[in-house]
Amino acid sequence: MAATEALERSDAPKSQSPLDEAWHGLRDTLPFMFGSIPFGLLFGTLATGEGLSALQTMAMSLFVFSGSAQFIAVVLLGAGSGIWVVWFATFVLNLRHLLYAATLVDHVRHLSQAWRFPLAAFLTDETFAVMERRYRTQGGGRNAHWYYIASCAGMYANWQTWTFLGITVGQNYPQVQNWGLEFAMVVTFIGIVVPLLTSMPYLAAAVTAGLVAVIANPLPYKLGLMLAALAGIVVGVVLDIRKRGLDAPVSEQQP
Amino acid sequence: MSTAVMILGMALINLVIRWPVYLFANHFRFPPIIERALAFVPVAVLTAIIVPTVLYPGDGTKLDISWNNPALLASLVACAVSYFAKNLFATIGIGVAAFLLLRWLLPV
Repeated sequence: MAATEALERSDAPKSQSPLDEAWHGLRDTLPFMFGSIPFGLLFGTLATGEGLSALQTMAMSLFVFSGSAQFIAVVLLGAGSGIWVVWFATFVLNLRHLLYAATLVDHVRHLSQAWRFPLAAFLTDETFAVMERRYRTQGGGRNAHWYYIASCAGMYANWQTWTFLGITVGQNYPQVQNWGLEFAMVVTFIGIVVPLLTSMPYLAAAVTAGLVAVIANPLPYKLGLMLAALAGIVVGVVLDIRKRGLDAPVSEQQP
Repeated sequence: MSTAVMILGMALINLVIRWPVYLFANHFRFPPIIERALAFVPVAVLTAIIVPTVLYPGDGTKLDISWNNPALLASLVACAVSYFAKNLFATIGIGVAAFLLLRWLLPV
């Protein structure tokens, strides 16, 4: 316990109980849970339509737990692609999670391996966005990992629920794409990114990433996403170094 | 059978990407230049996810940069709300409301 306290940030907020943290983590993940509803329903419907059994479809959500990779796999299977193509696509598509883990690792370094495993295995785009914002606005805190695990658990339970409903009743809701739920995901990401655009390098990184993502969008396996992210990061770092020199601290300023 | 192998493989690949950084967290630190690069990850990756989603509506095959794209207009509204109100829940609420309203108003 003493070790944990020593590692706690000096500017950490008043320590909250695990239950409070978990509740806040779940609450802050809710918009993303709503946003994934159409994708879960759609995945369940599509996968069973492409010849996967209900059990296989459910197993994919349970064990792979990666919406984009699951969609690509189903599309590729439908196109008659081989297993290696699916694996390659999964790998390329999810390389960004390496960046997420590298970004958050300072906040989980003090935890036991028993904690770190689930926090790594269940790290999605959405939980990354939620955690990045939490650490930025509120810092760490002794029980922050409860906030993190609750975000993971919320996304996971939600994904399983809607996959299941997609398999069982999905065919009855062919217009689910038109409900506008998926837009909740987009605006939540916007609400997280805009406050980050505090200086020229960050703005340039966003503009670059957005431009490259649009131009490279037709590339297969969503390669454009990775390309765009890397381009944005490189432009950001180069401008940051030109502005503040090579040996400046990691972050310009923290609110 | 081969589908089970495929699913297992996908699960393993995801784990191989997501786990090692946390697993070996005590044994190495990133060089400072990498740490500075990582500060740009949220902005770069999340923007790279959002922008094509908004500009390639529907089945994602056709670029639509026009005033008839409700997702584009609503995203601009959300950006403005986020910038001026600095409140996440207001951004989400007004953004979704704007999207639903615009989609209803705009010709298909």
